Amino acid sequence: MILLVDLCNRTHPLSRDEFVLPIAHIVEKSGTTPVIRHYTQLSREDCEAASCSILCGTALKDNEFIHHLDEFQWLKEGRIPSLGICAGMQVMAKVFGGKIEQGDEIGMIMVRTVREDPLLEGKQEFSAYELHSFAPVPTDSFLVLAASSRCVQVIRHQSLPLYGVLFHPEVRNEWVVQRFLHLFMEGTD
Amino acid sequence: MRLGVLFSGGKDSTYACGRAMEMEEVVCLITVRPQNRESYMFHTPNIHWVRLQAEAAALPLIEVESEGIEEEELRDLARAVMLARDHHAIEGVVTGAILSVYQAARIQKICRDLDLWCFNPLWHTDEASYMQRLIDTGFHIIISGVFSAPFDESWLGKELDIRALRELSGFTRTHGITLTGEGGEYETFVLDAPFFEKRIQVEGASTEYHNYHGRYDITAARLVKK
Repeated sequence: MILLVDLCNRTHPLSRDEFVLPIAHIVEKSGTTPVIRHYTQLSREDCEAASCSILCGTALKDNEFIHHLDEFQWLKEGRIPSLGICAGMQVMAKVFGGKIEQGDEIGMIMVRTVREDPLLEGKQEFSAYELHSFAPVPTDSFLVLAASSRCVQVIRHQSLPLYGVLFHPEVRNEWVVQRFLHLFMEGTD
Repeated sequence: MRLGVLFSGGKDSTYACGRAMEMEEVVCLITVRPQNRESYMFHTPNIHWVRLQAEAAALPLIEVESEGIEEEELRDLARAVMLARDHHAIEGVVTGAILSVYQAARIQKICRDLDLWCFNPLWHTDEASYMQRLIDTGFHIIISGVFSAPFDESWLGKELDIRALRELSGFTRTHGITLTGEGGEYETFVLDAPFFEKRIQVEGASTEYHNYHGRYDITAARLVKK
C-alpha cells in the first residue's frame, strides 16, 4: 500500500485538493490507489501496511506541521521508504536534527544535480516549480543530491530509504514521483 | 477563514468558489476587467456580466479595471485583492488555476506580499474527472470564446454538456488541446451553479468568428428563479 501523508493544517483543508490530490493522481497513474491519511491520524496499522509513503506539501502560509514533529518519529525507524515533498522534506530534515531557515522561492527555477543517484539519473539540470517560504538545512545524515542557486533541493538519507525534494514534482516533474515508486515498489513503472 | 475568490465568470473560478464555500467562508468575488482582449492573466469574454453572476450567487463583487498590459495587470490584481482585504477583511484568496504556472506563481507572490493565504483547489486536478463533475453536479456552462483549431463557429454559445465534453476529449487527441481549455483554446461562461440562488437567462447575444477564433458576446441577460 502506498501511503500519502497529508501535512495541511486541518483547520483549512481546502489545501488538500491542491497539495495531496495531484500526488494521488500521479500514484493512480502508476496503477495503484494510494491511501491518504492526515499526519495526525496515522495509525500503527497504516504504518505497518505501507510499502512506501509520500509526505505531501502545504500552502505557503501553512507551517503548522513543523510544531508537531512528534507525529513523524516513525520516519526515524526507516522501515517505510519515504519521499518528502516541500513541507515533507522540511519535516524529514527536522526529525533528523536539521534546521529550517527563511528562504522563499516561488515559480519555476533551475535545479542542478550535484551527486549521482538513481532518482535523478540522466537529469543534470532541470526546471522545477517552487512554492516555499522556508528551506531545510539537513544534517550530515543526508546527502545533498541537487540544489538551486538559493537552497538545497533534493536530499537522500545516508543509510535509510528516505528522499526529500523541496520543489513540487506534481508540476512538470511527475517523473520524480514515478521514479521513487519504481525504486521502492515492485510492479510499478 | 474569510476568502475572496478571483472570479472571471468562467467554469474554473466558479467551481473553485463553490469548493471553497464547502469548507470556508467566501465573502466576496474579485474581478479584474482587462480592456485588452489579449490579456495575459485574465479571462475576457463577457467579463462585464460577472456582476450578474455575483448577484446570482448573492456575493459582493470587487471590480477593478485594467489596461490589460503584461505585468501592469499584476499591479491591478494586487490593487483588487487589497480592496477586498480592506472592504471585506479577507484572509485568503481562491483561484481556479489548473495548470498555468504563469498565473499561479504571480498570484502566490501577491498573496505572500499581502500576507494572505492562497488556495487553488483545481491545481493539477484530474481534468477528465473535473469536467465530468461539473456536468454531474449541475453547472450550466456555455462556450463564450474559441481561440484555436479545430473549433468552428457552432461552438460559440454551445452548452458544455456530456456530448460537448465527448467532442472536447476527441480534440485533446486530434489537436492536442487541453481538455479544460487551460491553454486558452476556449473560454466559458457560467449561467448556473449549485450555489447560485438564481440562474442567468441569456436574452440576446452576438457572435464574431474568423479562422478558429471567435467570441460569443452576451448582449442581454437577466436573473430568473431556479
